[in-house]
Amino acid sequence: MRPFVYEQPTDISAAVAIASSFTSRDDQPTRANAQFIAGGTNLADYMKLGVAEPARLLDLNRLKDPSLRQIRVTDDGIRFGALVRMGEAADHRDVKQRYPVIADSLRLAASGQIRNMASLAGNVLQRTRCEYFRETSWHCNKRAPGSGCAAMEGFNRQHAVLGTSDACIATYHGDFAQALIALDAVIHAEGSRGTRKIPFAMLHRQPGETPHMETDLAADEIISAIEVPAMPWARRSLYLKIRDRESYAFALASAAVALDLDGETVREARIALGGVATVPWRARAAEQSLQGKRLDDASAGAAADAAFAQAQPRKHNAFKIELGKRTLVRALLETRNMKV
Amino acid sequence: MSQPTVLPRHGLSRRSFMAGTVSAAAAAPLLASAAQAEAPTASQSKLRQPVVTSLRINKQVYELSLDTRTSLLDALRDHAGLTGTKKGCDHGQCGACTVLVDGKRVLSCLSFAVMNEGKDITTIEGLASSDGKLHPMQQAFIDHDAFQCGYCTPGQILSAIGCVNEGHAGSEYDIREYMSGNICRCAAYPNIVAAVLQARDETKGA
Repeated sequence: MRPFVYEQPTDISAAVAIASSFTSRDDQPTRANAQFIAGGTNLADYMKLGVAEPARLLDLNRLKDPSLRQIRVTDDGIRFGALVRMGEAADHRDVKQRYPVIADSLRLAASGQIRNMASLAGNVLQRTRCEYFRETSWHCNKRAPGSGCAAMEGFNRQHAVLGTSDACIATYHGDFAQALIALDAVIHAEGSRGTRKIPFAMLHRQPGETPHMETDLAADEIISAIEVPAMPWARRSLYLKIRDRESYAFALASAAVALDLDGETVREARIALGGVATVPWRARAAEQSLQGKRLDDASAGAAADAAFAQAQPRKHNAFKIELGKRTLVRALLETRNMKV
Repeated sequence: MSQPTVLPRHGLSRRSFMAGTVSAAAAAPLLASAAQAEAPTASQSKLRQPVVTSLRINKQVYELSLDTRTSLLDALRDHAGLTGTKKGCDHGQCGACTVLVDGKRVLSCLSFAVMNEGKDITTIEGLASSDGKLHPMQQAFIDHDAFQCGYCTPGQILSAIGCVNEGHAGSEYDIREYMSGNICRCAAYPNIVAAVLQARDETKGA
């Protein structure tokens, strides 16, 4: 592991100032000399593997602002401080009641230990677990821009079928992010150019020609909060995750679904898909196909077809298209059947 | 902190002798090349400086002089001499290194030791009472033969205590789900579940 200087800033502006002085404007946060750490479950792992090589680590756990550690429920929705741990949010009574899809997505992610460590902001920023990204001896356009992609012709069973490019097919593995993108969450960020709000759907970038550019954040920007708008009908929502084993594994396919129903007719549907795409994936075509329709096996199947119409399989991951469709159909019907 | 600072003493064991020798031999070239790479942003002297870190482990304060890269796991095993906490995968996939930090179960392999300054750390060595009576979770693992090789056991026990304290041991299903971060390759799972159920009913944990 590359040696690093360790610092513990006590307020965000100080953390931003230190980061600014050790990074330049165009640095990618994941490649910058100074990087932030909170839970460390992703970054410490990638530092051990030589995938991440910060020379300076800014520990955000000593930031004093108490709102960073609070979950606040208001008439406008719910606000998660960035340093709230996954486990706290998963167990929070109001989150479970008002936004079951959020609580599910967190409860089904990682393990009890990791959920105690990992911050919510760090969780949404977790990097891919593509085997060729993790192991530095392989070519990888995301880790070493321009070096090529070993996954294209490699063992790509875990890889994405949506949002891929000729440069990268690495899956975004997070679960919480699928709930957030489905519910139109907003990210609050603070950096040297001030504070701003970022629609969650704009936070992650599809790989395109530049898979090393993973998010819209600057290297000196810190997420301070995640806001989810009030949505009374989100009580009818869930997250369904399909894995190789029953627990503690990444999704092969998953679906975050929230439904506003009039009887069995869909007023509005929110759908996001995990395990199958390169970024958190909102399935808008599927949502539109359901609008005004009676939700049954046929309309759910049509929505699933719409969701995967653009899917591009590789040699070992074509099964994800059928699995992803069946996952979405089951999630839609189970959400319809929820007693709320 | 009102606790007195205690520097535990150990004889020169084979383990600490080996650790000392290896780190002394490896340190010089490693740090030199890294400092070069970082030249514009940090001075060589700063990177070479170990950080004195105060860890409160099992109610005893340890002042450890650590490279910032030292994981909490390595600090416990190689610097504090508490080898009960086990290193399995060292990447957060197996749970063998589970300890309690401020009462919550965490993976010591994925936490840098310096991040735990001033925190309360509980390892397997800190569970039995001073008269040698085992913690109910330890006793339950023995009663139910909840291990074979035993390598994952310290992590299983600390994780189980955390699981019970979190209120996630309500049913066998919950125990299996919320203990899924602890892998047992001997597959003693049914006995582990039975042990957690017994200890759950005897105590609310550590």
